[in-house]
Amino acid sequence: MKILEVVNAGRTVSRRSFIKGVIAAGATASATSYLFRGPASAFAAPPAHGAVERLMSLNVNGQQRRVDVLPHETLAMTLRYKLGLPGTKLGCDRAECGACTVLLDGTVHYACSILTHQVRGREVLTIEGLEAPDGTLHPVQEAVVDEAGFQCAFCAPGFIMAMVGMLNQNPNPTREEAARALSGNLCRCGDYNKILNSAMRAVEYTQQRV
Amino acid sequence: MPKSRIIGSDFPQRDLLPKITGRARYAEDFRADGMLFAKLLLSPVPRGRVRRLDTSAALAMDGVYAVVTADDFPSVDPPGEAVLTNEPVYQGQPIAAVAAVDETTAAEAVERLRLDMERLPFALDPLDSLRPNGPNARDEGNVYGDEGIETLKWTSNDMAAVEQGRRPEGVEGTVEWSFGDLDDAFARADLVIEEPIVHQSQTHHPMEPRSSMAYWRNGKVHLHVSTQSTQRTQQALAGWLGMDEEDVVVVSEYTGGGFGSKIRGTITDVIPAALARQAGRPVMMRVTRDEETYFGRARTGLSGWVKFGFRADGRILAIDLFLIQDNGPFGRAGDFNSAGTTSSLAYQPEAMRLQALPVLTNTPPRSAQRAPGGMQAIAMLEPVVDKAARQLNVDRLDVRLINAPTHRSPVGPNRSEVTSAYVREALELGRELFDWDRKKELSGQVNGTKATGVGVALSPYVGGSSGVDGLLVIRPDGKLYVHQGIGNLGTHSVFDTAMVAAEVLGMPWEETEIVSGDTSRHLPRSTVQAGSQTTHAHTRANHAAAMDAKRKIQELAAGDLGGAPDDYEVADGRVFRRGSPATGLSFAGIAERAMELGGRYDGHELAEDLHSDTVRSARALAGQGLMGVARDNYSHDGSTYSFVVGFCLVEVDRETGVVDLKEYLPVTDCGTVLNPRSLAAQIHGGGLQGISVALFEKWAFDSQWGVNSNKRFYTAKPVSILDVPVAMDYGAVDLPDPETPVGAKGIGEPPIGAGAAAVACAIADALGGIYLTRTPLTPDKILNAIEGRSPAYGPLQTHV
Ligand code: FES
Ligand code: FES
Repeated sequence: MKILEVVNAGRTVSRRSFIKGVIAAGATASATSYLFRGPASAFAAPPAHGAVERLMSLNVNGQQRRVDVLPHETLAMTLRYKLGLPGTKLGCDRAECGACTVLLDGTVHYACSILTHQVRGREVLTIEGLEAPDGTLHPVQEAVVDEAGFQCAFCAPGFIMAMVGMLNQNPNPTREEAARALSGNLCRCGDYNKILNSAMRAVEYTQQRV
Repeated sequence: MPKSRIIGSDFPQRDLLPKITGRARYAEDFRADGMLFAKLLLSPVPRGRVRRLDTSAALAMDGVYAVVTADDFPSVDPPGEAVLTNEPVYQGQPIAAVAAVDETTAAEAVERLRLDMERLPFALDPLDSLRPNGPNARDEGNVYGDEGIETLKWTSNDMAAVEQGRRPEGVEGTVEWSFGDLDDAFARADLVIEEPIVHQSQTHHPMEPRSSMAYWRNGKVHLHVSTQSTQRTQQALAGWLGMDEEDVVVVSEYTGGGFGSKIRGTITDVIPAALARQAGRPVMMRVTRDEETYFGRARTGLSGWVKFGFRADGRILAIDLFLIQDNGPFGRAGDFNSAGTTSSLAYQPEAMRLQALPVLTNTPPRSAQRAPGGMQAIAMLEPVVDKAARQLNVDRLDVRLINAPTHRSPVGPNRSEVTSAYVREALELGRELFDWDRKKELSGQVNGTKATGVGVALSPYVGGSSGVDGLLVIRPDGKLYVHQGIGNLGTHSVFDTAMVAAEVLGMPWEETEIVSGDTSRHLPRSTVQAGSQTTHAHTRANHAAAMDAKRKIQELAAGDLGGAPDDYEVADGRVFRRGSPATGLSFAGIAERAMELGGRYDGHELAEDLHSDTVRSARALAGQGLMGVARDNYSHDGSTYSFVVGFCLVEVDRETGVVDLKEYLPVTDCGTVLNPRSLAAQIHGGGLQGISVALFEKWAFDSQWGVNSNKRFYTAKPVSILDVPVAMDYGAVDLPDPETPVGAKGIGEPPIGAGAAAVACAIADALGGIYLTRTPLTPDKILNAIEGRSPAYGPLQTHV
């Protein structure tokens, strides 16, 4: 936003001192922190900021996908807007809530806070890639069904990926350890009890399957 | 209605599979060809006036398709909320919006909007506005009086009393109600206790930001939004857009939480629609977490003083409640009133007075947040009740038993009666499940630096409305299609209330389809999904529609197979003659017969008393099968309330002030339990939200510039998985409410007050009787209290 001047009770405050003031207060009303440059379409103007997309190959859910990616594009946006995988959610877009959790080479990561160019050569697994090709649910998904986990479930894809990541690292966690492993994810509906029930049932189902 | 196969069973949510495989589509998951992205210009100041807004440089940019400003919308009379404004009354209020080929371009275009604005004085804390010469939040004044907004200032003597923690002599509310003889009741009291209270405002922060996408086709606007109430949002958005309801299609299959902040859609659903109209392209507006704090709605703060009169045995004789409401910048919120009625029900005083002063502030706009008003009252008043119980040497569970409301107990100033209240049963069930009599012995025990405390709190809230319509169709495929206009925000009631129709019609649950989430799918007139209305209202409406269908099925069977309609029963998707199950028809056959006969059987003739919204939907569905459609005309004598008793055990670290929540057990009277796991989710999740408000959530403003610095999760601090007990149990009385055919009452609201109050009471218990009646109880406040230091803020100061 361009603030030419802000007049404060008859006294003009320069844009500079105004901005210094709000920066000192740790807050501006900027809406521009959450940006996405859409898929290049026939209508697209040449980017005003000079950034250009580069074609890259991504390994997502076991498939090689070729996609044009901007230098500053996050993995969450590539997945959601370019690869047709909107199961990965955005709750904050700044590493606070875990709604965007995916696995990179089996380890949990916030897809909102990693650049797509950084995951070159790594295996990306999203919620859409958990089911077997024949539709068999992953043991974690089965556990969630049997515990009727989640309310609005906007946090569910992130939590489920975090559970899968947890089991990769620690196949036999206690309930307390599970809580710690899942503490990078928030559930605003407060469904933590059923989430932990699901996690513990997932431990059981995973052990049964091996 | 007797307990049976479907109702009360643990059926998993119908939509769980899409939710856990990533196939569920929330608003931001929809795409349309040529979709543009929108960005907002937000007010940088909490109050100001746009002198000039030059959009030409933005519009001239390549890739920019539309810019809308306040001038593109009908003007709104103050204090109403306009979609976009030239006179912002809170920081972050949208002033203009841009649609461009992508978000980066849209954001760059926002940067090129040339905004010239005048900054005006603002009020953040209601007390600042009440001071002599304090700022008014709006040109019209600073408080809501009888005739709307007026200006009211307290004297410096009044303010001095406030600073000393006293209620100033002679200050009055602009709203007042009372019942009973207050002076007499206080005169008869053995103990009179008065405390200042501060319950802060905080943002709802549903997990899903209120993103939305809009496009126009053949004169109709299609809106993919995040709303709590699908059917009623259509009407609201049509109003905002100045259009006929029929021309507005609302799609909301999944909503990522709302808690009162998305009841019927908001301005952010209208902006993309306006941009899409101007641009001739679909427009997606993704809302950020910061923006959720600005315009995503918040709970109304309540502060003031409460005075209780107790008899020696703990019975509450009198309550005098004075509430200053931090109202935000727009219409008068009703929280103060619900705070009064909820307290009148919880404590059953002989006499009570509520005085309230709704003060306008330049802080984010308010809306109902889970148990609006009731939650704040319970969270603040329950610790005061404990303080009195300690002085009177009465057990804290007993003090709640002696004051507990029961069936037909009076509520509120007009002394209406509650339909049912199994509060004593809930308290006794909790005593046993929590093991209160043993655990209370731990009270105040110190182990190293940790002190243990236990707490119990009772939270009532309105549990249902009535009078909406039910609509269902049995189609020739033999399945039952229940049309539901309520939303899908995670409470599961869109599915659970349809169980009633299946139950009445003897239809297997697997053969029952729920039609919802899109107003073009012909939905009946429904309640807004708020205020715990849906479970009650829609079990009734679906019961009525199913009874209508059942009667029609019996008539058709008797017509074809002989005998009287009452000779026929329904079960397992068939109608058959009582005592001779082989004589019957499948529902598929019944649907065909209904279509042949037409008239009332297939929806071509409709009852007179249906709402016009239902009539429109029923007409569109006529001729497709056997239709059950009816208004809920069941008797509803009294006010329906649900109750949650919260029990909790905490350890407070006396060196750090940190509270460790060890146990939380909610016990409820919500009538008949429809789905035990959905219920557990509501009372645990709501309880944890309450604990979150009691311990963590707050706003903090920079006083010079009026900007909020707690606008993201890491500062707004909703509870995390590590803040809560590692496992929780619950209890339910599970006895039917007599004033509704299914016996079920709503349960969204009361859990939150129970959680907040139980933890506040437990902290006071751990501290050996230091009662802190304010939110949030952050470690600094607890530590100050332990060390007997005076706090760094005034007694009624808020946003601290
Ligand atoms: S969206 Fe990535 S952590 Fe919240
Ligand atoms: S279920 Fe709603 S945020 Fe987790």
